[in-house]
Amino acid sequence: MTTVDLSEFRTPGRGRGILDVFRWHYLLRLLVRKGTQTRYRNSALGWGWSYVKPAAQFGVYYVVMGIILELHRNIPLFAVYLFSGIVMVNFFNESFSNATKSITDNRALVKKIYLPRELFPIAAVIGAFIHFLPQAAILLVVCLLMGWTPSLIGLAAIVVAIVIVAVTALGLGMFFGALNVAYRDAQNFVEIIQVFSTWSVPVLYTWHMVADKAPEWLFNIYMVNPLAAAVELFHRGMWRPVAERAIATDGGELFAGPANLWLNAGIGLAIAVVFLLAGQAVFRRFERRFAQDL
Amino acid sequence: MTNVSETTESTPAVAENKPSIIVDHVRKDFLLRKSHSFKEAFIGWIRGKEVKAKKFQALDDVSFIINEGESVAIMGYNGSGKSTMLKLISGVLEPDAGKILIRGRLAGLIEVGAGFHPELSGRENVYLNAAILGMQKEEIDKRFDDIVAFSEIEAFIDQEVKHYSSGMFMRLAFSVAIHTELDILLVDEILSVGDAPFKEKCRAKIRELAGQGKTMVIVSHDQRMMKELCDRGIVIKKGKQVYDGPVADAIEVMQQK
Ligand SMILES: Nc1ncnc2c1ncn2[C@@H]1O[C@H](COP(=O)(O)OP(=O)(O)OP(=O)(O)O)[C@@H](O)[C@H]1O
Ligand SMILES: [Mg+2]
Repeated sequence: MTTVDLSEFRTPGRGRGILDVFRWHYLLRLLVRKGTQTRYRNSALGWGWSYVKPAAQFGVYYVVMGIILELHRNIPLFAVYLFSGIVMVNFFNESFSNATKSITDNRALVKKIYLPRELFPIAAVIGAFIHFLPQAAILLVVCLLMGWTPSLIGLAAIVVAIVIVAVTALGLGMFFGALNVAYRDAQNFVEIIQVFSTWSVPVLYTWHMVADKAPEWLFNIYMVNPLAAAVELFHRGMWRPVAERAIATDGGELFAGPANLWLNAGIGLAIAVVFLLAGQAVFRRFERRFAQDL
Repeated sequence: MTNVSETTESTPAVAENKPSIIVDHVRKDFLLRKSHSFKEAFIGWIRGKEVKAKKFQALDDVSFIINEGESVAIMGYNGSGKSTMLKLISGVLEPDAGKILIRGRLAGLIEVGAGFHPELSGRENVYLNAAILGMQKEEIDKRFDDIVAFSEIEAFIDQEVKHYSSGMFMRLAFSVAIHTELDILLVDEILSVGDAPFKEKCRAKIRELAGQGKTMVIVSHDQRMMKELCDRGIVIKKGKQVYDGPVADAIEVMQQK
């Protein structure tokens, strides 16, 4: 008779949640590459699609909001203002919806081989980020042509904005992705949230229009929602420097940025982290049943 | 019957061999749920209907210990719960009662090529699948040539996998799995597609792995092959373990029913 040291053993199928990304980083890279490589395979325009969609959106919004509703009068360089917001909102919408679908889309794998399932929503968000880059590049080129110069605080604003959006999308995506396995109509909520995310952030209008209409407490809540905070940061980083320049040469008036930009950003980031923790908790709870429910 | 105590760090074990898989009083239930949407769940709730789904017991109180270097066949008729057992060991499913413990790196082939993406080339798929089975880039680089050589499809390795024949597909997938850095290999019903020479080659490879002290659990309906590859057989009938012992006797038990 000998004894078995049970400490050498592990229970199969128990990962360490999103922390597993580090051990599985190579697979994560391959999953992201698979997503980007196969995305537009067999389509005539290929990656051109990633320019066509935002361009069409931009055109519609510009005509409706800028010209018909005459927003370009109050907002200097309205086109840049609009586009920088759209790019951010698109990044959120795409990473959120891809993350939500990631488990059901990878059902063949989830059902048959154990691997940390968090990899799928994470790969979806990274894939959306890669997709966001060409749009951001266009925005940057336009801004550079208008005399945009980098500043430390501007760059910090851009980076924090991207982090807030990615963390929020991952948290919500894990939450709804896990629900989506048990209840396939959870995806309908995603569409509703996407409508909110497009209209409830200062992209098609400005923050002070909200301040004028909403009571103060409501306005404060509005401004600390992670997406609004991120969009304002992104405006601060991309649009405001060029708008200031344009005003300096052409004259006119530039409305002030929101008073508590960085405080809002801090609270927005904290909320995003709460979403992430809650998403991870729900994901882990549902994960045990993924393979049999798919 | 085996017993793993919950409280102590170490428990008395069977022989001098070290266990590598411990399955302890495992039960698995499946809910035969009809509602797969909030809408249906909500309507069921409004009507006051019991939302509780019917339960189906796929595995009932199964216990065994598999030692390092053993190769074990799991046998049973269709729907008896063999694949479910392998999924539990690999961690894809979780038991509803009892527990499962494993030691070492595990590669589970519940289905050939589960991780293959039809739009990617054979080469890309080898990397993707080896990574899914837990390998890092350097390990795959080192073994890539062996993997392709074993599968004998060098000429097609840069072609998209969707143009492969099902045999070629299986060869590549099996080859990836068998070359992973593993201690435990779970194989479910996968040698059925290959042609005779390739099957023979796989058999040799599996025996070689067994010789190296790898632990293997194999599910197949091919009794001749099971007899050749395994020393021990576990028979499952309608979710209940009815026999555990030498493979020849296990096959006899199978044939009696
Ligand atoms: N996800 C699931 N949801 C509900 N029932 C399931 C699920 N997976 C398996 N079952 C049921 O569990 C039982 C055992 O299935 P399993 O796949 O383990 O059988 P098997 O022994 O592998 O059979 P075969 O020889 O046909 O491969 C079957 O009756 C099957 O219907
Ligand atoms: Mg089976």
